[in-house]
Amino acid sequence: MPLFDQLYNFAHWLTQNREEAEDLVQETYAKALKGFSSFQLGTNFRAWMYRILRNTFLTSRTGLRVTMMVPLDPEEDGPELVVEHDTPETLLLERSNRELLQSAIDELPVHFREVLLLCEVEEMSYQELSETLSVPIGTVMSRLSRARRTLRDRLRPHAQAGTRTVEMEKGTIHGL
Amino acid sequence: MVCESWKAKLDTYLDGELPEQEMRTFDAHVRGCTSCSADALARVQMKRSVQAAGKRFTPSTDFRRRIEQSVARKPQRSFRLGWMVAAAAVILVVAGVTYTYVETRSGRDLAYRDHVFSEIADLHVSTLASSSPVDVISTDRHTVKPWFQGKIPFAFNLPELQNSEFTLIGGRMTYLDQTPGAHLIYDARKHHISVFIFPERALSLSLSSSSSLSLSSKLPASLDQNSPSPKPLPFNTETWSQGGLRYFVIGDASPADIDSLAKLFKAAA
Repeated sequence: MPLFDQLYNFAHWLTQNREEAEDLVQETYAKALKGFSSFQLGTNFRAWMYRILRNTFLTSRTGLRVTMMVPLDPEEDGPELVVEHDTPETLLLERSNRELLQSAIDELPVHFREVLLLCEVEEMSYQELSETLSVPIGTVMSRLSRARRTLRDRLRPHAQAGTRTVEMEKGTIHGL
Repeated sequence: MVCESWKAKLDTYLDGELPEQEMRTFDAHVRGCTSCSADALARVQMKRSVQAAGKRFTPSTDFRRRIEQSVARKPQRSFRLGWMVAAAAVILVVAGVTYTYVETRSGRDLAYRDHVFSEIADLHVSTLASSSPVDVISTDRHTVKPWFQGKIPFAFNLPELQNSEFTLIGGRMTYLDQTPGAHLIYDARKHHISVFIFPERALSLSLSSSSSLSLSSKLPASLDQNSPSPKPLPFNTETWSQGGLRYFVIGDASPADIDSLAKLFKAAA
């Protein structure tokens, strides 16, 4: 099955529920078969499949509920944060805390979650992201930038807490 | 700060989405700027973490079977419609198979190559960050080479460095995909360069599938010319296979220095 594992993974991230993810993937394949005539040979098959899945999700009950909660902030790129020495990235890696990262991604608004996952996990180019999400490339870039910044901001308190814990542990060892 | 304008584009650079000319300018800047290279490294690490964490959910076997059956099933409405749907299903599968063959095959090759280069870059950086980067400290190749005897399952030659700009710092054992190998560190005009040597056969399962692709590549500008989304890192690398061994040379020295050291190794092997 073309793209089956990837589509399911993405569907599960969107719906955050196994049964709904299965329904979404099933409906995506049904729609792809039914509307295959609308697919233009030579164009991006992957972007076409993901677009069907995403549109199906957005019109589902969960999708509608989730998108109603999306804040209406402008698609503008704010100033970049100055990077600190103990960045969330390095501390996160040091502790290899995959679950923490997964839960931070889970908590991202859906329009940030989807662009981040399609870029990092599916390694889609900005052009492909633009086709899949039906938004201009400029919007892809600003949305991706904001998604990454939001993720870093949400990880920063955990990272700092981790640093404090490590320091306390070191102190305990020295005190022995 | 001067770097703020660079940092605003750092993500786009790491996504390999800047125009070619700008990518080259950015490469040069990142190599020379410790602040930007540290930031780039942190963001690459974050990208990799998100990539690993993002591959989280796997469909059940039962669900896979159900979908396969539903795609293969012919509707009973009419003979003509049935054939149309069946034809669409065949085309979809053919498109998918074609996609899978073209994209996934090259994708897997590229992914593996990216993985190897990422691991090599990580080994290089983490070793240099260590307080004791080498286990055998000597500028003499006749001291460093024998140190590896009995520690790794192969032998190799080290080049004579007289009249060259390179100085041997020392060596240590290392591992790539559970394969033991040698890690040698050289100095060239205050730049540290790592040379990794692994038995080709142990890596051959994965690398043989990449043999048609040029592994003799440079990061980040041309990891591979066909790469759809190069994953840039602020290092120059060169890799080749010789005498059953796979060599990797990596460092932030100039491409010419990396190439010179690689040539010395090729001549010594």
